[in-house]
Amino acid sequence: MDNMSSDNKKEIVISVCTGTGGVAAGGYKVLDAFEQALAESGLSATYTPRTHKVGCRGFCAKDVLVDVAVDGQLHTYQYVTPERARKIVEEHIQGGKPIEKWLVKKDYHQFHDKQQKLVLANCGRIDPESIDEYLAAGGYKAAEKALAMDPDEIIEIIKASGLRGRGGGGFPTGIKWQSCRQAKGDVKYVLCNADEGDPGAFMDRSIIEGNAHSVIEGMIIGAHAIGANEGYVYIRAEYPLAVDRLKLALEQAREKNFLGEKIFGTDFNFDIRVVLGAGAFVCGESTALMTSIEDKAGEPRPKYVHTTDRGLWGRPSNLNNVETWANVPLIIEKGAEWYAAIGSEKSKGTKIFSLVGKINNTGLVEVPMGIPLRDIIFEIGGGIPKKRAFKAVQTGGPSGGCIPASHLDMPVDYENLSAAGSMMGSGGMIVMDEDTCMVDVAKYFLDFCKNEGCGQCTPCREGVAQLVRLLTEITEGKGTPEHIPLMEELAVMIKDASLCALGTSAPNPVLSTLQYFREEYEAHIYEKRCPAAVCKALTSFYIDEEKCTGCTLCARNCPAGAIYGEKKEPHHIDQDKCVKCRVCYENCKFGAVMKGQGGMAHD
Amino acid sequence: MDVAAVEAILEKYPQVRGNLIGILHEVQNHFHYLPEAELRYISKRTGIPITQIYSIVNFYNRFSLTPKGRNEVCVCLGTACHVNGAEKVLNAIEEKLHIKPGETTDDMRYSLEEVRCIGACSLAPAVVINEETYGQVTPRQVGKLLDKYK
Repeated sequence: MDNMSSDNKKEIVISVCTGTGGVAAGGYKVLDAFEQALAESGLSATYTPRTHKVGCRGFCAKDVLVDVAVDGQLHTYQYVTPERARKIVEEHIQGGKPIEKWLVKKDYHQFHDKQQKLVLANCGRIDPESIDEYLAAGGYKAAEKALAMDPDEIIEIIKASGLRGRGGGGFPTGIKWQSCRQAKGDVKYVLCNADEGDPGAFMDRSIIEGNAHSVIEGMIIGAHAIGANEGYVYIRAEYPLAVDRLKLALEQAREKNFLGEKIFGTDFNFDIRVVLGAGAFVCGESTALMTSIEDKAGEPRPKYVHTTDRGLWGRPSNLNNVETWANVPLIIEKGAEWYAAIGSEKSKGTKIFSLVGKINNTGLVEVPMGIPLRDIIFEIGGGIPKKRAFKAVQTGGPSGGCIPASHLDMPVDYENLSAAGSMMGSGGMIVMDEDTCMVDVAKYFLDFCKNEGCGQCTPCREGVAQLVRLLTEITEGKGTPEHIPLMEELAVMIKDASLCALGTSAPNPVLSTLQYFREEYEAHIYEKRCPAAVCKALTSFYIDEEKCTGCTLCARNCPAGAIYGEKKEPHHIDQDKCVKCRVCYENCKFGAVMKGQGGMAHD
Repeated sequence: MDVAAVEAILEKYPQVRGNLIGILHEVQNHFHYLPEAELRYISKRTGIPITQIYSIVNFYNRFSLTPKGRNEVCVCLGTACHVNGAEKVLNAIEEKLHIKPGETTDDMRYSLEEVRCIGACSLAPAVVINEETYGQVTPRQVGKLLDKYK
């Protein structure tokens, strides 16, 4: 056997997802199981087995996802456990028969068909902890190419590509770079905003966990274009895996002389430091982020002074979001024209969305700008679970709004989302079904902003708190006809008078739900009824005797012991004991648990 | 006061400027909270006024001036978790431990925290205990889950 050259050996490549989703589902244990089973199998005599960890490929709901490639023949398994891993080695790799029942199903392909993976192309393919794999995939070629170019030429390419900020506002990246390049000063900074605080958004986390080098490469190109020798990545402490992988990637880049002094053999010096956040949402706001790096409480500054003129430590600074930076190497490598051909008229390239909430295919998706919302939700996302009706999709995080079913055919880009009363934000898409109460959703986001506001300016601090109070009263059945006009008046004041973007956008969830779901507010106020049966004070559940089969499932699962009835006979809910936890409603297989009005006694 | 521990941390940061939050993270990881004596020592050593340190500690959610339990239980209340029933999971944990978010059990075994999105939305509702992330947690599983942590 020893004389057999490795070239003659067939290759086995096993790629195990080890993003946050993969790790939580047991990714490392699965990886160990594969390694052990392969070692014990004696396959190395005829094969070159290689196991490696890869970043998130987006479909985290199916984790642990594993690609098994035997001699180039690829099969993808879902829900892999260590036990299944051993079986896969035995039956598939040794026995030559893939285990059909554990392979990914139609939904996996449906999830990927309409996606266009550019920024995420290498996530899920390469080992995020190996710079060599990134290099083998063509990594750092764009940086090398850019360093040989004139900075103004790079800026022209970025401008021509139409790339816009992926962190929320959508400001043209090339113009920002140009302003920073032209700003007076010898010391300039490039900054990366990885303080992805929008609840429901995790694209930046996945990019860094899956391919941190692409962000570093983008920052090198930006630094050269702007004339900065120092960079900072401000990243949330809530993302420990991303922090570790980023630090490792920086070390590897320094070893290769891609960072440090005279990088890539040129005269250019550039290095990047990592600064950890400490759990403050407002630090994702550009000026607060810089204040936070400066060893202070992360309070935003007035924005009439541009960051590109006076940013970090009072020096010209250029701040871009993780996803924006990760787009840069692609544009340099493939050209502005190629990039500008993707997307819609004013929004170019692709956008990564995290598709979560009440949706069948939960995960991270990358789509060309301008794709209809319907395609994202019903094709890629596979629609709403339990055959419930789609109600709305919330985009833009706490600054965004809820988009109703009537807008499903809207092409998704910066302009259309703004016109619909929401915004792109960082790209969270939270799908809501008929069982989601829109007043509760508005209250959730306002409560979030109330907790996360810095407290500096009165309109945001006091105004948002009052909005939360009014919303709470409505959900408790204490709403009056004055509540809606009062909220609208307050919202306008907060939008006009707040200091930073957190405040000026905080009322958006209220305004957009009032715009599209006013009748739900009115049901709460006038009929004392929560149509989605979420607000406890305005809800009751009762059992339809016609539909109930007496299977006892609800009675067994009721945490309050409020359901009674004989086996195979219709059951009843004791309204005095019921805590309205919805367990019976969600678990009844016969649709016999009905939503009623608050305080109703049906028994 | 544990001067040696603080010194060991400060040694890693020859340049304090731009690193104060990082230093505080390490101090908190070591002591499980930020003891006043140690903070005063850092202030003296670095020349950063104690008022500035105090304002930072107060501002950021991750920092705590009171001791934390051996096991930190974080319930994610991000939007995806919210619409998937995170409150019920939180209530079940509160009932089991008899503490509210921000509190610690008397035996110092658990601290309970709410966190607004850990970015594990496809696992919603998610709970993080120490470094482990658990997905699709149901109120019924909570008891068993917590028992694993001594």
